[in-house]
Amino acid sequence: MSTEKSRSGRFLLVGIPYAWMLVFFLVPFLIVAKISLSTSVMALPPYAPVVESLTDLWRKIGEFSFFNYLRLVQESIYVESYLSSLWIAFSSTVIMLFIAYPLAYGMARAPKAWRPTLLMLVILPFWTSFLIRVYAWIGILADEGLLNWLLVSLRVVDEPITFLATQRAVYIGIIYSYLPFMVLPLYSSLEKMDETLLEAAQDLGCTSFQAFWRVTFPLSIPGVIAGSFLVFIPAVGEFVIPDLLGGSDTVMIGKTLWEEFFNNRDWPAASAVAITLLLLLVVPIVIFQNAQAKAQEAGR
Amino acid sequence: MAKTLGPVRRKFSPWNDPTAKPLIEFRNVVKRFGDFTAVDDVSLGIYEREFFALLGPSGCGKTTLMRMLAGFEHPSEGEIRLAGASLAGKQPYERPVNMMFQSYALFPHMSVEKNIAFGLVMDKMPKGEIETRVQEMLKLVKLEKFAKRKPHQLSGGQRQRVALARSLAKRPKVLLLDEPLGALDKKLREETQFELMDLQQELGMTFLIVTHDQEEAMTVADRIAVMDHGKLIQVAGPSEIYEQPNSRYVADFIGDINIVEGRVTAIDGGLIRMEAAAPRVSIVMEDDAATSVGATAWMAVRPEKVRISHDAPIETGVNAVHGEVWDIGYIGDTSVYHVKLDDGGTFRAAVANVSRTVERPIGWDDRVWLTWSKTAGVVLTA
Repeated sequence: MSTEKSRSGRFLLVGIPYAWMLVFFLVPFLIVAKISLSTSVMALPPYAPVVESLTDLWRKIGEFSFFNYLRLVQESIYVESYLSSLWIAFSSTVIMLFIAYPLAYGMARAPKAWRPTLLMLVILPFWTSFLIRVYAWIGILADEGLLNWLLVSLRVVDEPITFLATQRAVYIGIIYSYLPFMVLPLYSSLEKMDETLLEAAQDLGCTSFQAFWRVTFPLSIPGVIAGSFLVFIPAVGEFVIPDLLGGSDTVMIGKTLWEEFFNNRDWPAASAVAITLLLLLVVPIVIFQNAQAKAQEAGR
Repeated sequence: MAKTLGPVRRKFSPWNDPTAKPLIEFRNVVKRFGDFTAVDDVSLGIYEREFFALLGPSGCGKTTLMRMLAGFEHPSEGEIRLAGASLAGKQPYERPVNMMFQSYALFPHMSVEKNIAFGLVMDKMPKGEIETRVQEMLKLVKLEKFAKRKPHQLSGGQRQRVALARSLAKRPKVLLLDEPLGALDKKLREETQFELMDLQQELGMTFLIVTHDQEEAMTVADRIAVMDHGKLIQVAGPSEIYEQPNSRYVADFIGDINIVEGRVTAIDGGLIRMEAAAPRVSIVMEDDAATSVGATAWMAVRPEKVRISHDAPIETGVNAVHGEVWDIGYIGDTSVYHVKLDDGGTFRAAVANVSRTVERPIGWDDRVWLTWSKTAGVVLTA
């Protein structure tokens, strides 16, 4: 009796998140997938065929086409957007790693009493809306903005540098916005590291520098991987930052998708772009999950 | 007839040889952390091939003393010398000593082999030699089969062996062991103690162990330094520490002991007479302690050297107290009797259970006499 009860209880417990995922992720995904196989028409909704029920789906399946997916490969704008998104996301991830590592290291080695405060400072930006913070960067990066004022008055440059509406601004925006997501996993992996390991390394003949490369860094790799994927994955699909800070020379897939959907009202094409993006990101997500599982298994 | 204190384990006593030079020398070493003095003016010589133990309660400065030798802390005052050269300003990686850490500090991302080879790789030893040495070490600690495992795939005892092998691999002049067996269970700990002793003999190295476990120190060490509040209280061999403690602190810290406070009434011909008030007892001890008539002194006698009997001794006036059995601790090999004395206080006597049956067993609430000979205890002046 009691085992029966506990089993159904367990079922319920596991079932709820699954049901949630089913309703709020899988169903919308299938709808988008279905639209991506439709053709664009001047109507409301702007695609055909419209499927009204499950039996209807069976009847209209012949009307589905892969035309939108073919366009993704044939038209250079899409290929370019994908490549440029991946490149921007990748290179800003690398830059962030170089900024975040020393930051996280410093935090993890700071006196214990300071650490919560330092951690708070990293999380603090989240208290303000992401959109507002990106808007604020317009004010900083503008030709007459704060940054240029500072550079000119410090006589670093004579003429203001154009940041806004360039790739530079997009990089700055992405790095600024996602840095905490890089710092936090790095910090958590560095903070829990046993300091006697470094003493042991020094005892066995390492200088502090060698001890860092042979012990600290290899042990922080799970943090490096977690942080990198945590910023890389959302950065690929980023829309707000290239839209607000970038210019016409910055093509990112998020922006392309938005234009297909709202400017061109080509829902099927936009859906195909979205589905492809998702499939592209499944690969790094799976790698990430594997790395996480491995790290967990290693008991760290 | 010259008597020796306790059993002699091996004829090795360079500390009694005035021409012998110590390998490690602490010279008036002081270490302060803020206004806390962790190590207070310690001077100590440790000889080559010695197994030396630093013993004391936690916070007594023993670990700090060891960490200063390893180079993780630096003395506030004084000097540490190794093989005749000062260690001042030397970094941990420049010192020919290796440490086995209490937590083992094995590198979790490296296999057993890689852990053991770590120090050798850092020394840029040729690859072939590293392999030979690692194999040799694995054999020494009987872990050949586990070479490819990661530390988290090993048991506590195996991890301890890897840590030991890693710290021995570089053949250091001195091996430092920081509470090396603390994490092992009792049985394994005892086994490992003997293995450590054999290993030290076999390798001919100098071992310095830090421990708070007096039995461990007594078992493994040639000499023990008992520490308290950053000071060395007594430095001597295990049997001397046990049989001839120099203070109540050492007597009490090592093993079990009965201590009676009294006043010295006479000193003649190597005999010290004392009168104690609580319990009321006259004491005669064969001891040459530096005391004087009228001074306060303490007689200390170990429970196993106290006889317990239902019958009154022939001479009841000296070295004899009586009372009621209050508690009996049956440990198996011995029984410990806690006796509540008629004059106040308690006294303990331990009896080896040499046969399985006893004719007239001593039970709870029995009235008993406790006696000890004049050579059974020591007179302490501090």
